Amino acid sequence: MIYELLKTSLALTAHQIIFYLIAATILVTGLLAVTSPKIFRSAIFLLFSLLGIAGLYFWMEMEFVAAVQISVYVGGIVVLIIFSIFLTEHAGKEARKAPPVRTIAASLAALFGIILGFLIIGQYPFAVSSEAFDNSVSRIGEAMLNYNEGGFSLPFEVVSILLLAAMVGCIVVAMRPGVLSKTEKTKEEK
Amino acid sequence: MVPVSHIVLLSTALFFIGMYGFLTRKNLITMLMAIELMLNSVNINFVAFNKYLYPGKLDGVFFSIFIIAIAAAEAAVAIAIIINLYRSHKTIDVDAASELKN
Amino acid sequence: MNGYEHTVWILLLPLIGFVLLGLFGKKYFNKSAGIIGTALLTISAALALLTAYQYFFVNGLMNGVYPKVQALKFTWLMFSPGLSIDMGIMLDPISVMMLVVVTFVSLMVHIFSLGYMKGEERFATYYAFLGLFTFSMLALVVSSNLFQMYMFWELVGVSSYLLIGFYFQKPSAVAASKKAFIVTRFADLGFLIGILILAYYGRSLDFNTIIQTLTAQQSQGYLAAVSASFLGVSALTWGLTLVFMGGAGKSAMFPLHVWLPDAMEGPTPVSALIHAATMVVAGVYLVARLFPLFALNGASLTIVLTVGLFSALLAAVIACTQTDIKRVLAYSTMSQIGFMMFALGVSGYSGEAGLGYTASMFHLFTHAFFKSLLFLCAGAVIHLVHSNEMKDMGGLRKYMPVTNIAFLVACLAIAGIPPFAGFFSKEEILLASYNKDMLVYIVALLTSGLTAFYMFRLYFSIFFRKAAPDIHGHQGEGPFSMKLPLIILTICAIGAGFIPFGKFVSADGKPLETHFHLMFSVLPVIVALTGIAIAWWMYKKESGKVESVARSMIGLYSASKNKFYVDELYLFITKNIIFKWIGRPAAWLDRKVVDGSMNEIANGTLEVSKSIRGMQSGKVQRYALYFFAGIAFLLIAFIYIWK
Repeated sequence: MIYELLKTSLALTAHQIIFYLIAATILVTGLLAVTSPKIFRSAIFLLFSLLGIAGLYFWMEMEFVAAVQISVYVGGIVVLIIFSIFLTEHAGKEARKAPPVRTIAASLAALFGIILGFLIIGQYPFAVSSEAFDNSVSRIGEAMLNYNEGGFSLPFEVVSILLLAAMVGCIVVAMRPGVLSKTEKTKEEK
Repeated sequence: MVPVSHIVLLSTALFFIGMYGFLTRKNLITMLMAIELMLNSVNINFVAFNKYLYPGKLDGVFFSIFIIAIAAAEAAVAIAIIINLYRSHKTIDVDAASELKN
Repeated sequence: MNGYEHTVWILLLPLIGFVLLGLFGKKYFNKSAGIIGTALLTISAALALLTAYQYFFVNGLMNGVYPKVQALKFTWLMFSPGLSIDMGIMLDPISVMMLVVVTFVSLMVHIFSLGYMKGEERFATYYAFLGLFTFSMLALVVSSNLFQMYMFWELVGVSSYLLIGFYFQKPSAVAASKKAFIVTRFADLGFLIGILILAYYGRSLDFNTIIQTLTAQQSQGYLAAVSASFLGVSALTWGLTLVFMGGAGKSAMFPLHVWLPDAMEGPTPVSALIHAATMVVAGVYLVARLFPLFALNGASLTIVLTVGLFSALLAAVIACTQTDIKRVLAYSTMSQIGFMMFALGVSGYSGEAGLGYTASMFHLFTHAFFKSLLFLCAGAVIHLVHSNEMKDMGGLRKYMPVTNIAFLVACLAIAGIPPFAGFFSKEEILLASYNKDMLVYIVALLTSGLTAFYMFRLYFSIFFRKAAPDIHGHQGEGPFSMKLPLIILTICAIGAGFIPFGKFVSADGKPLETHFHLMFSVLPVIVALTGIAIAWWMYKKESGKVESVARSMIGLYSASKNKFYVDELYLFITKNIIFKWIGRPAAWLDRKVVDGSMNEIANGTLEVSKSIRGMQSGKVQRYALYFFAGIAFLLIAFIYIWK
């Protein structure tokens, strides 16, 4: 009933309505994520925001990217964040509020940025192409490992090295001091 | 049809929400969360441009995939640093780490 | 091309002596420096005499005039095709005469110093300085270019500074050398401005060209020079007067004479060379060089005349009361140079009217001999007595026979007693002034009487009277090297008067017949003999006559003894006026304003940096804020403003 109403009054298709709903979700949860005083809550709000973005990808018929988003971002990064919240024993605590001056200034800055962005973007005619978009996973897979023109094997390899470096770096940075010399001592004892 | 500009507006708003959060928050982990929001907004942009403006290529998709991968690595390293900082300062307040003052 | 290329060696040999002894003297040549210097200068003097012989006798007259020969010329600095500084050697009657005088007197001084300066630690340096001075003076007299003359003028000043301040451990010597340099440098300021004016109107720096341009009364240069005027006086007069100011400084004319008495702090042979024969006559030489211009410009010639006459009289009056023998000789020099100056002042250009010019140059020639003889004798006396004051001397004729005779001959020459040299030259000066102006003649006569008086006062006080208690004659007169120059110069002082000078040197280059007017010369000789008689009466024996005469002229006596307070006046002006009102404010300006502004700029930078430093708070979010702000600014700039 309401659907019919919306459809006739606003002349919107379901496609568009779903987009605006998803967009609203993303923005609202994002805003809550950055303003919530409790840390754990803001992490959960972040999770919802990222899920919303995944939904947006699904709406755009980019299933692969959506899947990657959920599995890596939501399932990896947000979990990592939650782990770190627990590790630093801040789960139940409240985040300190910023001084009001800073809040006002930052919100003004953000508003300024948004308005500037709106102005600039509004002037640009985005030339929508009417071609069909072949988004199948096989095509993506072929492109990823393709070393010819139009292939992405080089960035793929580079990213893999980056991940290796990040792994090693994390371990070294987060290691307890003295662990390295202890392992050497145990080796000598053996 | 949703005009592309609306999608771009969405990503812009999300970016500036992330920026607001980055400048306002006192806690290192919440700052990290705001950074993730910013990165995601950029992702939305890439994907939208690829689908609507350049459907023949796959560049936008790959770009966003790699951004996700890199964001993951960067978040991991950031967490490691935060843990290290927590060990030495016993707090993750960002103002505590101001040894480079003046 | 011309036969005079060897003249460059006259200049270069002393210079080589300077370089050699100055660089290596102390280490290698300390004992033999004197021999080397003297040997070089002997060759130089021989070459000078050869050149004179060649110029006057072998080549002689050309079209009835002695020509101006350019022996050497090369362009040193060219500003524009019309204006260039050339270095060169120009030979004309007066420069050849000066070559002979300078080298000869310098040679005598070199020989004398072998004995006088023996045992001196800086023996080689002394001879090096002598060589430098000789070189600069020689180059000055043969200059063909006004700027070259100025350069060597300054170099002569530097050499005299080095030589006067030779005993630099004595503060009085240091002060004297500074005073000499500063006073002459101040005079050279006028000289430089005069050079610029003359060069501008004469369209060139070359002597011949300037003289040609500015004496041809129809030429553009001359007309421009006399029509342009400043404070009611024409530019040409200004130029010549300022050039004369430079000459007056170097020649110790009033009021720039204050350095000459103090310059006696240097070694006595140096005084003989510099302050008797060579450097102090540079001013007279300059006026003589530019004489055609002076002759046409009555105003500047009158200034020359007045300054010369006044200086002559003033110096004679002061010399009557001085007790230091070198000071007496210094004032005597000033007086005699005054004679030379006013002789130029009464002179015209051609024919009989040009007698003053010839007389002045003749007096320069003879004066060089007898004045250097006087100084060298004084050196011998000081060497014996170890003091400069007359009261420590007396009755020395027993101990120093040769010096006695030499001194007597020189005093007779300067007093103008025939047949000694000074009589002829002084007689010509008096004749020239008699022809010009009666007042000038009377003052000149009076001054020559005073000259005879004070010279013989000096002679009698040194060689007669009762000996001072602590003189021992055991030292003797000095080695042969000190006696030889005295003997040679005595012969010159006697014989130089007989040279028919007018045949060689005259204002327009044509030989001038000078007649000997017997009747005319009686009066000056009588005046001179009167002066000698008064001196004899007062100074032959110790008596109370000196004190009674001094008491009767008490005001004049004390003013004269204190050199008419000129030094005190200068000191007052510099200390109270220049230092207080110009020097101190200028120093304040330099410290507070100039330095202060620099300090303030540095301070300001420091303050700004301190305030900016606060921007580095160490807070990451602050940095991010700056980062975003920068991006926003760039965005706006690039999108909206800079399309």
